[in-house]
Amino acid sequence: MKFGIVTFPGSNCDYDAYHAVTEILGEEAVYLWHKDHDLQASDVIILPGGFSYGDYLRAGAIARFSPIMQEVAAHAKSGGPVIGICNGFQIACEAGLLPGALMRNSHLQFVSAQVRVRVENSGTLFTNLYETHEILRVPVAHGEGRYVASSEVLDGLENDARVIFRYADAKGNINADANPNGSERNIAGIINEGGNVLGMMPHPERACSPLVGSSDGVRLFESILARVAA
Amino acid sequence: MSKFRIAVHITPRKGLLDPQGKAVSDALHTLGFKAVKNVHVGRYVIIETDSYDAITAEEAVTEMCGKLLANPVTEDFEIESAVSA
Repeated sequence: MKFGIVTFPGSNCDYDAYHAVTEILGEEAVYLWHKDHDLQASDVIILPGGFSYGDYLRAGAIARFSPIMQEVAAHAKSGGPVIGICNGFQIACEAGLLPGALMRNSHLQFVSAQVRVRVENSGTLFTNLYETHEILRVPVAHGEGRYVASSEVLDGLENDARVIFRYADAKGNINADANPNGSERNIAGIINEGGNVLGMMPHPERACSPLVGSSDGVRLFESILARVAA
Repeated sequence: MSKFRIAVHITPRKGLLDPQGKAVSDALHTLGFKAVKNVHVGRYVIIETDSYDAITAEEAVTEMCGKLLANPVTEDFEIESAVSA
């Protein structure tokens, strides 16, 4: 399976994603330059973390208009898998691929920490190798990660089981202490209606080896392989 | 075509948590400005554009706000009247 990793000016997790795909998964990966219009026949698109366009205006607001995003949107519309991680989640929201928005952390500080998330739905393209309510350890590193949406949108996400990850404590409790940024309902990751676009603030690609403190992110990528192979 | 200058005020949507405004409000209280009730921090954007007339320029800037300058989920915007530049 071929993964296409978009490099925007200011992306800084593109190599982490490349490493996870090629070295950990053993799959093929290519970098896709933001000015190109060619996904190079990639099966899965990753919008990586970073500070695209210096976070000018709003995080992700300018990257959304990068030429390659037209092809990414078409890929998503036709059911192709897209993973937006951190800045990639912000870009996916700005592009309308996912509902809601990411705002300044409620405590105003940049947060760089290993956090826990609880898997809320293990029936998705991205989570089928996890157990429901399994606790994962993954790092976060962001200043604008507070997920917000109207209460109607939030209720819709909940009712459709589209909230995929929630910040939780070690016992799986969902509470304010476990919430690193003030996200509504502790939401850390969601999918679109079609179930093929995932957006999440934590970094699964940086949790792919015991060397960096956690391997819990590996199965997210393996889930895609498992679903497509099935 | 004439040149116009249009200013846009973009502010956090009313009712949404505005931690930046809260932090500035707290700082003002510390400075002794106890009467301050609320502070909201937003952006001020100045657009200079060619247009046939002021109305057309304002309509264009409204469209720009909807598509790029403001996030419809989290922000409100107000456009000042176009002035000849």
